[in-house]
Amino acid sequence: MIEERQILNQKDIQITIERLCQQLIEHHGDFKNTVIVGVQPRGTFLSNRIIAKLKQLLKTTNFESGSLDISFYRDDLRRRDEPIVPEVMDMNLSLEDKTVILVDDVLFTGRSIRSAIDALMAFGRPKSVELLTLIDRRFSRDVPIQPNYVGRTIDAIGSERVIVEWKEVNGKDRVLMVKSD
Amino acid sequence: MSNLSVDHLLGIKYLIKSDIDLIFKTADNFKKIINQPIKKVPSLRDITIANLFFENSTRTKLSFELAEKRLSADVINFASASSSVTKGETLLDTVNNILAMKVDIVVMRHPNPGASVFLSRNIDAKIVNAGDGTHEHPTQALLDAYSIREKYGEVVGKKIVIVGDILHSRVALSNIYCLQKLGAEVKVCGPSSLMPKHLDALGVTHFSDLKEALEWCDVANVLRIQLERQDVSYFPSLREYAMVYGVNKEVLDGLGKEITIMHPGPINRGVELSSDVADSKHAIILDQVENGVAIRMAVLYLLAGKIKN
Repeated sequence: MIEERQILNQKDIQITIERLCQQLIEHHGDFKNTVIVGVQPRGTFLSNRIIAKLKQLLKTTNFESGSLDISFYRDDLRRRDEPIVPEVMDMNLSLEDKTVILVDDVLFTGRSIRSAIDALMAFGRPKSVELLTLIDRRFSRDVPIQPNYVGRTIDAIGSERVIVEWKEVNGKDRVLMVKSD
Repeated sequence: MSNLSVDHLLGIKYLIKSDIDLIFKTADNFKKIINQPIKKVPSLRDITIANLFFENSTRTKLSFELAEKRLSADVINFASASSSVTKGETLLDTVNNILAMKVDIVVMRHPNPGASVFLSRNIDAKIVNAGDGTHEHPTQALLDAYSIREKYGEVVGKKIVIVGDILHSRVALSNIYCLQKLGAEVKVCGPSSLMPKHLDALGVTHFSDLKEALEWCDVANVLRIQLERQDVSYFPSLREYAMVYGVNKEVLDGLGKEITIMHPGPINRGVELSSDVADSKHAIILDQVENGVAIRMAVLYLLAGKIKN
């Protein structure tokens, strides 16, 4: 049996994104030396929303951003039944001495972010790297990685999955917890 | 489809269209990677690859080696000229000895057609055919078709003529399979003494007139005259071949349109291709070389994904 529970609805997500943007503004001011990088594929939906909201709040369009594909940097290539098919990499920028805000939808084991940090370094030596995530599944990390900005912290056990749905692909914005026996 | 239908890359003949599409899609990403400031990814860091070259090669070997190193694989190289093969060791013994060193993927070039198929049936490693005699050279065909796709956006419907020594060319056979699977129209051109008997079976027709062939095509893939494989004389002299089948500026200027010139290298300048054409903007020969690394990275990456821990 599959059990489904909604954690955040469209309105919740909207409010959460706005709050995250305010936190970012608090730390990064005018974003002059900051780059926002979405982890492909699903982190990019969130980073696009954040950039759109920041543009609205700061009334400026001057944001440096990119989409990072981490497929080739992952550590589980040979543990899967099918190879990881890469997504589009859109990183037409240098990260040299920039502060990077890495954006992903769910932080779980931390392995994707470890791969993402590895992938980032191919584009220069950033001054620092921060992590923003919509959902933090705490107490489930395989590697010591912690987010700087969190939308919602949740506790979920191993058999539960957290799914973030975006209007662009799933028709509506919502976050679900799915449990199957 | 996110997985290859085959466990080895032995020839284009064994691939289906979705395999080629998957290789191209993966190569698109590797092309971006090799244009980054840091051109290396850690994908194959736990994989060991042996490059076994029982026949001379410069660019294919370099291209494979670079692709392997950019994927962070461990690489060992073997050239038959400096090995025990000259002492009478069999292919299977040589390869089994190398495999005893825990090799996961074997990239092999061999003068005998079918050598890689033989190997794939007898040993436990993924095999990539880097050219087997006059049979197939799959990665060359993939990078050629990929370069056409890059230039025109797609391969389907394009007219491609392969000019030169079709009889001795593994590039020609692999190209015909690959381009046809992608929906292109392929014809060949060259002296009839250098045409194989089975052209009809491949669904390919033959031009004996170069100008007519070039008028017809969008892309001309000009092959090298392989003197080392010709045991008898197939045409009177290189000079005569160059006069009748050499692609030069004069011939191209005489066409009513612009066509793209490809060459798998190494070029015999002044024989099949004149210098002014080889160095002109119509030639995408150096793009082919760059794409070769991306294609080989894609093939190795996809095959390595099939090796389970």
